[in-house]
Amino acid sequence: MNDSPPLIIVGNGIAGTTLARQIRKKSTRPILLISEEHPYFFSRTALMYVYMGHLTFEHTQPYESHFWKKNNITLLQERVTGFDPQKKEVFLAKGETLAYGDLVWAVGSRPNRFGWPGEQARRVQGLYHKQDLDQLEAWSPEIKEAVIVGGGLIGIELAEMLHSRGKKVCFLVRENSFWKSVLPTEDAALLNQHILQHGIDLRLNTELERIETDEKGNAMGVVTSKGERIQCQYVGLTAGVHPNIDFLKDSTLNCNRGILVNRFLETNLPNVYAIGDCAEQKEPVAGRRSIEAVWYTGRMMGETLAQTLCETKTAYQPGPWFNSAKFFDIEYQTYGQVSSTPKPDEENQWFWQHPQKNILLRWAFHPDTHRLMGINSFGIRIRHEVMHDWLLSDTTVETALENFPAATFDPEFTQNYQPEIQAAFQHQFSH
Amino acid sequence: MNRFTSLSVKSLFTVLGWIGLILLLLPLSNLSSPETWILLASLATLSIGVVGYAYFQYRGELPGIKNNGVFTNSLSARGVWGWSVGVLLTAFYITLYFYPEWLGYRSEGASVGMVALFDPLSQLLNGQPASQWFLYGTLYTLAILVFGVKFLIKYRHSRYQIIRTGSVMFFQLGFAFLLPELLTLLHPDTPYFAKDFKNMWPLNYYFFEDWHVKNMLNGGSLGLFTLGMGLAMIFIISPILTYRYGKRWYCSWVCGCGALAETAGDSFRQLSSKKISVWKLERWMIHVVLVFITLTTLAVLWSFLGSPKNPTGISREIFSYSAIVFFSLLLAAIWFGKRNELHADARFALVGIGVIIIGILCIQLFSGDRHLLGISSYTLRKWYGFGIGAAFSGVLGVGFYPLLGSRVWCRFGCPMAAILGFQQRILSRFRITTNGGQCISCGNCSAYCEMGIDVRSYAQKGQNIVRSSCVGCGICSEVCPRGVLKLENGPVANRTDRPDYPLGNLMDHLDAQ
Repeated sequence: MNDSPPLIIVGNGIAGTTLARQIRKKSTRPILLISEEHPYFFSRTALMYVYMGHLTFEHTQPYESHFWKKNNITLLQERVTGFDPQKKEVFLAKGETLAYGDLVWAVGSRPNRFGWPGEQARRVQGLYHKQDLDQLEAWSPEIKEAVIVGGGLIGIELAEMLHSRGKKVCFLVRENSFWKSVLPTEDAALLNQHILQHGIDLRLNTELERIETDEKGNAMGVVTSKGERIQCQYVGLTAGVHPNIDFLKDSTLNCNRGILVNRFLETNLPNVYAIGDCAEQKEPVAGRRSIEAVWYTGRMMGETLAQTLCETKTAYQPGPWFNSAKFFDIEYQTYGQVSSTPKPDEENQWFWQHPQKNILLRWAFHPDTHRLMGINSFGIRIRHEVMHDWLLSDTTVETALENFPAATFDPEFTQNYQPEIQAAFQHQFSH
Repeated sequence: MNRFTSLSVKSLFTVLGWIGLILLLLPLSNLSSPETWILLASLATLSIGVVGYAYFQYRGELPGIKNNGVFTNSLSARGVWGWSVGVLLTAFYITLYFYPEWLGYRSEGASVGMVALFDPLSQLLNGQPASQWFLYGTLYTLAILVFGVKFLIKYRHSRYQIIRTGSVMFFQLGFAFLLPELLTLLHPDTPYFAKDFKNMWPLNYYFFEDWHVKNMLNGGSLGLFTLGMGLAMIFIISPILTYRYGKRWYCSWVCGCGALAETAGDSFRQLSSKKISVWKLERWMIHVVLVFITLTTLAVLWSFLGSPKNPTGISREIFSYSAIVFFSLLLAAIWFGKRNELHADARFALVGIGVIIIGILCIQLFSGDRHLLGISSYTLRKWYGFGIGAAFSGVLGVGFYPLLGSRVWCRFGCPMAAILGFQQRILSRFRITTNGGQCISCGNCSAYCEMGIDVRSYAQKGQNIVRSSCVGCGICSEVCPRGVLKLENGPVANRTDRPDYPLGNLMDHLDAQ
C-alpha cells in the first residue's frame, strides 16, 4: 500500500477526471477526486438533453459507479474552501483538512453576471451546474415565457431547451448577429435565420436593461436597452463564463482572471497545478487565447499534466484548434483559425453556401501562399484526422478542395457537394 | 398550424387507430360475423391512424433529431402506457403461439373469428383460407409498413435512414410476405416451404428439419432452388456480404425481426440496458443459444439421414466426418488466424464451443446411437421451438419491446446474429469510425443504441467501435450532436486500434525535446 498523501484533484469535470484516469493508467499513487457538484463525473455539455427528455441524468455519466472503485480512485462530494500550501493541506467546508502530495485545481467556470438590476431575483439564473438544471426543472411549471440574455453557445442551448418544452422564448443578443464574436457575417446570418425558423423571438442589437420582479421577488419581465418591456417568468443569463476562482483570491496563488500557469500547467506554488477552464496560460500557445473554456482543451490539459505527474515532464501543446456545436438542427464544426473579421493581409476567406439547405462551408487561407488556415463547416461533418494533418502540413486550399471528399465524415449516401464547391472556388480564384 | 390544433388532429388519428384495433377484435365477440368490409375498414383505419399521427407529429417541425420527451413520455419511458402496451403485446403473442383457437383458429374445419376475418385477403393472395400465421404475417407486415412510414418522416433528413428503411420495408413486403403467398397461388401443389427462399439457417432454425428438407426436395425446381439458395446464403453469400458490409446487410437491411425492431420498435430502442454486467449476460446467452441450435440441427440431420426413407443418398457417416472436418478447419482457421484479436474469455468460449460440437459428433459417430447423447432429436427440436422460437423470439422478443427495448431477441437470442456478429468482430471491413477527438461524452449514442452497446465508451477514447452485436442501424451517428460517428467499410487491419488518447493533443512532439 502507498501511504503517502494523495494527489488531490479539486473538480471532477472533464479536465480533472481525464487527469485521474490517465494517471491511473501509469501509476498506483492514491488519487482523491473532490467535487462539490456531484459525486460522479458527468458530461456538462449533455445537461441540456436531460431537460429536453433526450436523456436521463444517469446517461450523462460515462462510467458506471463501480468504475471508480475498480480503478482505485477515491471520490468525495464536498466543497473545498481553500488550502495551505505550506502545510500542504486543503480545507473542506465542514472544517476538516486533508493532506495532499500534489494538488490540482480543476474547478471550472461560473456564469458571468454584470450587475443587472434584478439579477438576484427568483427565476433568474445562469446555466452551468447540475444544480442550475435542477433549479430550472423545479421552476419549469411556472414558466410560460422566457427571456434569454447573451448570444453565445449556452444561450442558444437554453433557448432550444425551453423551446422543446413549449415555452415561448425571447432571445436578446447584444451584437447585430448571434455569436458575432466568433462567426463571420454569413455564418452567423445562417444561424440567425435558423433560430427564427424555430420560432424563437430573436432580438439583435438588444441588451438587458433591468429585470422586473413581482412583490414576492419573482422575475416577471425584463426591460431592454431599447426601452421595450417583455413579459416573462424566467430570465436566463448566459453572457459567458469566467474561471470559478473567487474562493482562491486571498490565497498566495497567483491569479489573474484565472489561476496563472506556465506551459507545464504549474502554478507559482510547488506541487500545485491548475487545468481546464480555471487555468490561465501566462504565455498562451501561439495563436491561442490564454483561457479556453471548452471540453477539448480541458481534456488535453488533463492528459498533459498526467504525463508530468507520472515522471515525464510535458508541456501543454494542443494541436490545431478544433471545436464543434449543434445549433438546433445545424451541426457546426471548426478546425484551425477562422477569424470573425479577418485582417486582409493575413487571412483570406471564401465560403460556399447551399441555395436552400442549411449547409455552409468557409475556408480560411493565407492570401499569398493559399496555405489552408482553417475551416468552418455547417451541415457537413468533417473528418478530424484529415483536417488535423492538412493543418499541420502546408496544404493549399486548392489541394484541400481537390481532396475534400476524404475530409468529409457525413453518413453513407449523403450527397457530396464537392463538384459544386470546387467549381465555385475555381470560378472565383482561377484568374 | 399551431401546437393546439396539431394536438387535436393527432388525437383524431389516435382515435382512428383505436377504431381499427376494435374492428379487428370485433369478430372475437359474437356481435358480428367476419366480413370483408370489417377487415378492410380495420386495416385502413389502423394504417391511417398511425401514418396520420406521425405526419402531424412531425410536420410542424424542421427536419432533424426528434427525441424531445423520450425519457419523460409514458409510452417510451416504461410508464403506464409502456407497461400497458407491453402486457397487450405479450398477451397477443402467448395467444398466437399457444392458444391460437382463441383467435378463431380451428385445426379441423373452417376457422372462425379473427382468423376467418383474414380469409378474403388470404384467398386473394394464395387461394386458400387464412391460418393464424397468415393473420400474424399480415399484421406484422402492416406494422413494418406503417411504422416504416413514420420512421421515414421522422428521419427524413438522412439518406442512409431513408434507403435502409426502404430496404427493410421492401424485403418484408416482397420477399417475406407477398412472394411465398403468390407462389402458393401459382403452384398450389408444392409445399409452402419450398417457396420460402428468404430462408436462412439458423434464424429459420427449421431449415434442416426433416419435414422442411423434404418439402424442399419434393418441391420440384422451386424447392431445389430454395434449398440451394438456403445453403448458398449460409456458406457463400452471407460470409461475403458480412465481410464487405458487416452484419448490417442482414440485420438492419433485410431481416424481418430487424425490420419490426427498426420500425415499430423505434420508440423503444433507448430502453436497452448498457450495463457491463448485461453485456456479459448477452455474450453467454446468445452463444448458448447458438450451440443449442447447432446441436439440435446436427441431431435432426443425424436422425434424418439414418431413416430408411433418406432421399439424399448421404450416409450418417459421410455427414459426420464432413461435419467434423468442417468444424475442425473452421476452428483451426480462427485460432491460428485471429487468436490475437480475442480476449481470454472469448478464446475460452471458442475452444469450448468447438470441443463440445466436435466431441459430440465423435461420440455420436462411434456409438452409432440413434439419438444425440440419448436425447431424441424430436425432443431437442421441440424444446428449441418452444423455448427459443416461440417464447424467446416472439413473446419476450416483441412482447417486451416497451420494457426491455426493441432488440432483445437480436441481442440475447438470435443464433444468426451470433454467427454474423462473430464474423463482424474478426473478419469484416465494417466499423463505426470515431471522429478524432470530437466526442464530448454526452451519451446520446449509447442511450439510443438498441443493441445496448456503450458506444460512448469507445468514442470518448478516440477508438473505433467494432462490436459483434452492432447491427449497423446508424442511429448513434444520427443522434450524435458533434458529428463523431460514421458507419463505414474500410481495410480490416487497424480497425480496432486504441490510441493512448484522442486526437488533438501534440504533447508527444515536446517529449522528444
